[in-house]
Amino acid sequence: MSWVPEPTLNSYLILSAVLFAIGTAGVFLRRNLITILLSIEVMLNAVNLTFVAVDRYLGSVDGQIIVFFVMTVAAAEAATGLAIVIALFRHKESLNPDAFTSLRW
Amino acid sequence: MHALLFWIFAAVAIVASLLVVGQRNPMHSVLLLIGSFGALSGLYVLLGAPFVAAIQIIIYAGAIMVLFLFVVMLLNAASEDPVTGYHARLIGGAGPRRLGAVLSLGLAIELFWALRNLQTAPLASGDQQPPATAVYDIGLRLFQNYAFAFEATSVLILVAMVGAIILARRERA
Repeated sequence: MSWVPEPTLNSYLILSAVLFAIGTAGVFLRRNLITILLSIEVMLNAVNLTFVAVDRYLGSVDGQIIVFFVMTVAAAEAATGLAIVIALFRHKESLNPDAFTSLRW
Repeated sequence: MHALLFWIFAAVAIVASLLVVGQRNPMHSVLLLIGSFGALSGLYVLLGAPFVAAIQIIIYAGAIMVLFLFVVMLLNAASEDPVTGYHARLIGGAGPRRLGAVLSLGLAIELFWALRNLQTAPLASGDQQPPATAVYDIGLRLFQNYAFAFEATSVLILVAMVGAIILARRERA
């Protein structure tokens, strides 16, 4: 398999950067609360990939432990975020973040 | 073999993530994101991190995505609403959206430029293999050096759980 370029640390970092940029673009461009939350998950995963790749480079396990913590925070974020989405949807029957422009109703 | 698998998994992850962002139907987005997580989990195996690969599948694809899927089905909003109203146009119209596109493209270019200027590094400094006892080491460190953070995480999860219940509860009028 010599015709396939061997991946280096840089390949992993560039892949992670591409995924992070895709997630950012999703947050900026989409007008759907659920898709925005999904884009945040994509960004969190890109950062996780960086942690694990650098971990492999340094030969330690600390990065993997931080990935564990990132995942728990992501779970907490998804739970509260989706609860807020449900509460908002009850009030306006809409998932468009631009529908929620008033500070109180 | 490692090289070929890396490029396959990387391609799957990028294409799936692009489709997650590009899809109009949130249901398809969630399912594609599960595919992207599967590819990332394969990359973690290639990086010698089977523990992270396993919790990626169990927690992300298994728990968080099911939560998303549940909410998408509960709300049953198949597509995006059109932008209506003066205030909505002010922040969600074509102009700000174009600005958002420019900003995210700028971020992509900046990241690519920064990483291109790095010197090429091998996958591992020196030629150490990932230790066979990696999961054992993780457990040991998690409950020794990171024990406080671990306990704080459990409090965070508890707070998130209570918060989610209170936020999503139907208010009695």
